[in-house]
Amino acid sequence: MSVVVVLIGFSILVAAGFLLAFLWAVRSGQYDDDVSPSIRMLFDKHIDNEIDKSNELNANQNNV
Amino acid sequence: MAECVHCGQDCGKNPVIFDEKPFCCNGCSLVYQILSEKKLNQYYEMMPTPGIRLDQENSAGTRYAYLDQEEIGSKLLDFSDGGISRVKLFIPAIHCSSCIWLLENLHTLHPGIMHSHVNFVRKEVSITFRNGEISLRQLVELLHTIHYIPDISYKSDVKDTHQKANRRMIMKIGVAGFAFGNIMLLSFPDYLPGGEAIDLLMSSTFGYVSFLLALPVITYCSSDFFLSAFKSLRKKIINIDLPLSIGILALFLESSYEIFSGSGTGYMDSLAGLLFFMLIGRWYQNRTYQSLSFDRDYRSYFPIAVTMLRDGIEEFVQLQDVKTGDVILVRNGELIPVDSLMLEGEGSIDYSFVTGESIPVGKKSGDFVFAGGKQTGAAIKLQVVKEVAQSYLTQLWNEDRLGEHSDRDMQTVVNKVSHYFTIVILIIATSAFLYWSFIDLGKAVYVFASILIVACPCALALTIPFTFGNVMRIFGRNGFYIKNTGVIEHLTKADTVVFDKTGTLTHARTMNVTWEGEELSEYETRLIRSIARNSTHPLSVILSEWLPVSSLLTVENYREIAGMGIVGHVDNQLVMLGSRKFVAGNQLSDESRISSVYISIDNKLKGYFRLENSYRDGLEAVISGFSEFQQHLVSGDNDAERENLIKVFRSGDALHFNQSPVEKLEFVKSLKNQGRNVIMIGDGLNDAGALLKADIGITIADDIYHFSPACDAILKSSEFGRLHDFIDFSRLSLRVVYAGYSISFLYNIVGLTFAVQGLLSPVVAAILMPLSSISVVAFASLSVSLLAKGKRLTA
Repeated sequence: MSVVVVLIGFSILVAAGFLLAFLWAVRSGQYDDDVSPSIRMLFDKHIDNEIDKSNELNANQNNV
Repeated sequence: MAECVHCGQDCGKNPVIFDEKPFCCNGCSLVYQILSEKKLNQYYEMMPTPGIRLDQENSAGTRYAYLDQEEIGSKLLDFSDGGISRVKLFIPAIHCSSCIWLLENLHTLHPGIMHSHVNFVRKEVSITFRNGEISLRQLVELLHTIHYIPDISYKSDVKDTHQKANRRMIMKIGVAGFAFGNIMLLSFPDYLPGGEAIDLLMSSTFGYVSFLLALPVITYCSSDFFLSAFKSLRKKIINIDLPLSIGILALFLESSYEIFSGSGTGYMDSLAGLLFFMLIGRWYQNRTYQSLSFDRDYRSYFPIAVTMLRDGIEEFVQLQDVKTGDVILVRNGELIPVDSLMLEGEGSIDYSFVTGESIPVGKKSGDFVFAGGKQTGAAIKLQVVKEVAQSYLTQLWNEDRLGEHSDRDMQTVVNKVSHYFTIVILIIATSAFLYWSFIDLGKAVYVFASILIVACPCALALTIPFTFGNVMRIFGRNGFYIKNTGVIEHLTKADTVVFDKTGTLTHARTMNVTWEGEELSEYETRLIRSIARNSTHPLSVILSEWLPVSSLLTVENYREIAGMGIVGHVDNQLVMLGSRKFVAGNQLSDESRISSVYISIDNKLKGYFRLENSYRDGLEAVISGFSEFQQHLVSGDNDAERENLIKVFRSGDALHFNQSPVEKLEFVKSLKNQGRNVIMIGDGLNDAGALLKADIGITIADDIYHFSPACDAILKSSEFGRLHDFIDFSRLSLRVVYAGYSISFLYNIVGLTFAVQGLLSPVVAAILMPLSSISVVAFASLSVSLLAKGKRLTA
């Protein structure tokens, strides 16, 4: 039965991983604006393909 | 009736046609033109009529020239490096998905723009651009041409701190939830039948792990509660956070003791669960309208920079550097930032920001000009008489602003309750401790701790956040935006209401028009309408909209004389519109108190249009709704409307006319000194002092995202008639709070009966605590939503 102790250790490690992911998400500002992402994903991007590149650029800037 | 393709407003009788589509004005059609040239037509497909109407010209002129100034521009930039800059601009007009789409496709409008990103909640767009190809000024002007006018000021720190606080709160909730879930799993075996059979190794491991998980909860998640309790103790007040902190600490210490002494498993699951719920409550309560600004002072109204004339050379100077004696230049549409003396030019100054009255006042050289007006017409030269900080208007803020509202956020009901609550609990705990200490000292300590644990007023503390938080949300849905939940409590206590007149009880832009004089032929009305269409003066606009539709005649030799009127040849007839002095050449001895527009055609006086304030719909309902209140009206205007208002207010005593901004402030102050709880309802900057001074300052706004003076609540003007419903509803919600308190007291009594007998087990705590919290939250949210339906408010 003492194997349960080891399992608990692992399960908490996994859970802690998710917690860290959550904290990262909050810190990187993903919870600041909960309206526009839902709208933005519906936009067609056929005007030109510059948007994709610049989105990446912006994501990088936000992390700074 | 045709709707403008761009902004959706009624195109009126003469739509501008472009691309076979109707537009209400040239401005709107121009935006359409620009967008269709750049193949951005999708803007109009995503949402019907997404655009914004602009009451001014598309081109910004020199309005943003100050942005070229190195010092000013660089202050506004977020960062600038190697020819690439980033700026965050607050654009109040952002309101739909089309707005997001267009603003994020700015780079197709100008190649110098690399990328733009909208934060919808904050109504902000962050733009990265190449300095070499587009300057900050050009960027702002580009936004201006497509009718997304940025609100430029240095003050974005308030929002930033709010954002940071919000992030911290969410992280705390995350950590508490994480600990709660895991500790719950570890404690579960104890609560199940047969749980006693778990071997010692495992139960002690579970205990240690729970302790480790609870550490961040007690050190990180609870810090706000401890801090606030500590602060209130230093001020010698007992607030809700004090009994909460005592309970949290007792829980943690008792549990740690049990875990390390091996005498039990502790209550760590209850501790984490409790903080999880409490933090959610706090977060819910603190959700405010980020895009609205309740704390504007005069600085947000005034431009960042002004044009100064030094030895005849124009240069831009930051507003705070303007000194007495300097000569400044104010152009069409610019705000006069300081009290000053008119040197040159013809002033026609629109004080609608200040007084709510949109009809410009004429000023000649040599006249004294108060700050806050907007020049309409040609540029004027002014000599500064007083610096910004000493100007008449700004004094309203300086007077006794500081420290005035620091105690306002305090929630008095909950503090009063928790005051007695804490004392009673401490008495019960000590007496139980004394009783048990005669029997068994160890048990006595345990009982003492259990009482503090079980009495932890988490349900009590959750009642207000969820009740008032929900009320605030419902108010917002119905067009009444309050600054924070504390406002609701103040609303319930109010017993006096003070109204401003212009712009508050009356419409700012529409007026009742009547014609006095000899009957006008159809041809003559066509003449008048044709010339009136040329002017942007509010009275001309009202007139041309009021007159019946007709085809326009050609106007030649058109001239507008500031503060006087307009003149021109229409269909070869000389038509004059304006003040009596201008049109008829003589002034009536008793200066007319009512706005009137005189007309002459071919030098023959025809008569005049009388323009009267039109009152908002539902005014009668509002006044009678407040019948149990003491009512007052303070107006900066003359008493021309006295007769009409007496009918509404049913007494002349309550009406105060010719009140200056400072007198308004003093009036509210004197009411407060009589011990009354005052609601002030106003709109313009002239009410700013009174709005601040009152217990509740409510601003009426046609467009809630536009300028509004500092206040506690913003009411959409269309909802004016329902004002009293909102106050009724806050009173109802206070009853919900009391009911929630009774429920949480019931749980406390049950818990205390266990605790004083020394019978509190982790199972009891684990059931009682979440149950009480959840039932109170459910009760508060549901009953508020149900009551809202009963009051016909959209929930």
